[in-house]
Amino acid sequence: MKRVYLDHNATTPLDQRVLEAMQPYLGEYFGNASSLHYYGRRAQQALEASRAQAAKLIGAQPDEIIFTSGGTESDNMALRGIAYYKGSGHIITSSVEHHAVLRTCGILAGNDFSVTYLPVDRQGLVDPDEVKRSIRRDTILISVMLANNETGVIEPIPEIGLIARERGIPFHCDAVQAMGKMPVDVGALHVDLLSLSAHKIYGPKGVGALFVKNGTNLSPLITGGHHERGLRAGTENVPAIVGFARALEIAADELDIYRVQVLHLRNKLESNLLTGIEGVTLHSARADRLPHTSCMGFASVEAESILLHLDLKGIAASSGSACTTGEPEPSHVLTTMDVPPEIAQGTIRFSLGRENTEEEIAYTGEVLKAAVSQLRAISFPWQEAGKRIAITGGMNF
Amino acid sequence: MTRGCFIRRRSRIMNDEWKEMYNKPPEPVAQHTGPLLFYTELVIDHFTNPRNVGEIENPDGEAVVGDPACGDQMKVSIKLCGNRITDIKFKSYGCPGAIATSSMMTEMAKGKTIEEALELTDDDVIMALEGIPERKKHCSLMGITGLRGAIEDFLRKGMVKPGKTNEKSVS
Repeated sequence: MKRVYLDHNATTPLDQRVLEAMQPYLGEYFGNASSLHYYGRRAQQALEASRAQAAKLIGAQPDEIIFTSGGTESDNMALRGIAYYKGSGHIITSSVEHHAVLRTCGILAGNDFSVTYLPVDRQGLVDPDEVKRSIRRDTILISVMLANNETGVIEPIPEIGLIARERGIPFHCDAVQAMGKMPVDVGALHVDLLSLSAHKIYGPKGVGALFVKNGTNLSPLITGGHHERGLRAGTENVPAIVGFARALEIAADELDIYRVQVLHLRNKLESNLLTGIEGVTLHSARADRLPHTSCMGFASVEAESILLHLDLKGIAASSGSACTTGEPEPSHVLTTMDVPPEIAQGTIRFSLGRENTEEEIAYTGEVLKAAVSQLRAISFPWQEAGKRIAITGGMNF
Repeated sequence: MTRGCFIRRRSRIMNDEWKEMYNKPPEPVAQHTGPLLFYTELVIDHFTNPRNVGEIENPDGEAVVGDPACGDQMKVSIKLCGNRITDIKFKSYGCPGAIATSSMMTEMAKGKTIEEALELTDDDVIMALEGIPERKKHCSLMGITGLRGAIEDFLRKGMVKPGKTNEKSVS
């Protein structure tokens, strides 16, 4: 069967060049980077070269990079690390963050910390003035993502960063989805902490990094040896880290592929669906978005039913909402953006990658049109209210 | 705050997290769970080719159940000859589990008497589909709820004014 992968925000395939860079460290250079002998030195050299490489690519110093097991650990390390160091206080975050940030804040909120969840507008954007207004005397941390994983909307991080810097409050930014699809420079973003992940940029799973600006104090979560400046104990995953650094290098070199080729395909898919199907809402349509993400709501059809139709035809995408519990909850991102539930329930996220082709995008458009019209033919609410939603929904979100 | 204080605080946070995770009651053991993640061939078949789709004109009973805001809504209409369901049709908006179980429900209810149809349960529908994933079991309730709603509608009409449905269909 023809297979089309349009779920790159979930994960990406491993780039062949990344695999080649990793292979020696899975084989002959297997040493522990903490060992003094030849094997250890080889691993140590690779580790530090990777650290320098990663630092250079985001405009940081090598000693500001802490390698972790991925984006979720980086987010936990930033939030809990700052919180536990301070002991108590107030945290500001947005209501559209990844669960790695939101659930961590939720746990902190039950333990001597108070949390402000900033609202977003209909495009999914945080208002920097709202950040300013929310700052209290005991605010210890601000955390806002660079780009949203569901809608791809790009938050005004430099503005928020300046506000945080003015007040001397550490500022964390989750850049897991944005990395490789837009320029990421810690200086320009004015961030003190930045989370990165390898498997979203054609690197291996299980590795990521946290940028910790020099002078930012945090408590370690994983204690043990003196690895990673004492902030993250445990023998370093050298092959994965080498792969991560190579993936970062390729992502920086090939940023134009996203800016031109992927953006072109994404726009083609969007215009095809918006003109070819009634009652389609493009979320965050009026805001700056990542060039590869498209989040669209199909009125009066349920997302998982569309996904199953796509999967039966070999197309992989994902949905913001998942009908997995007794009371299916639409995605928190779409709910916060005031998307009506009947549109949120039918929202599909397409996230394109470097390897997608024009032919694949055209095929996806055809399959999707057929799937939506088949589901609407048996949909009771489409018959009753679908037309109304189609008229008022449009591009309003 | 001293370092010692911080470590105590952190261990308390960790303890509370674990408590919360372990205090949850265990999931009840399901009888007809089907494959854990994937749908059976029969579910896929009923999802891609749903049976008895549509609406009966001048039905003897009909019901709309579910809420589009929650991701599912369904309309069932039935036609009876005496006490027996001779025709049943549905229109459904929902996940694959909801569509497939609604379709299978109509196949099972067709030809049954009201008493027999009222005895059908969601478990019977799940059995007939050779199981659905555990996380989808709640979706299967909609078909049966819709069927019972349509039968109740028929009985209610009958109780208020016998023959009213006929008058309506004439006008």
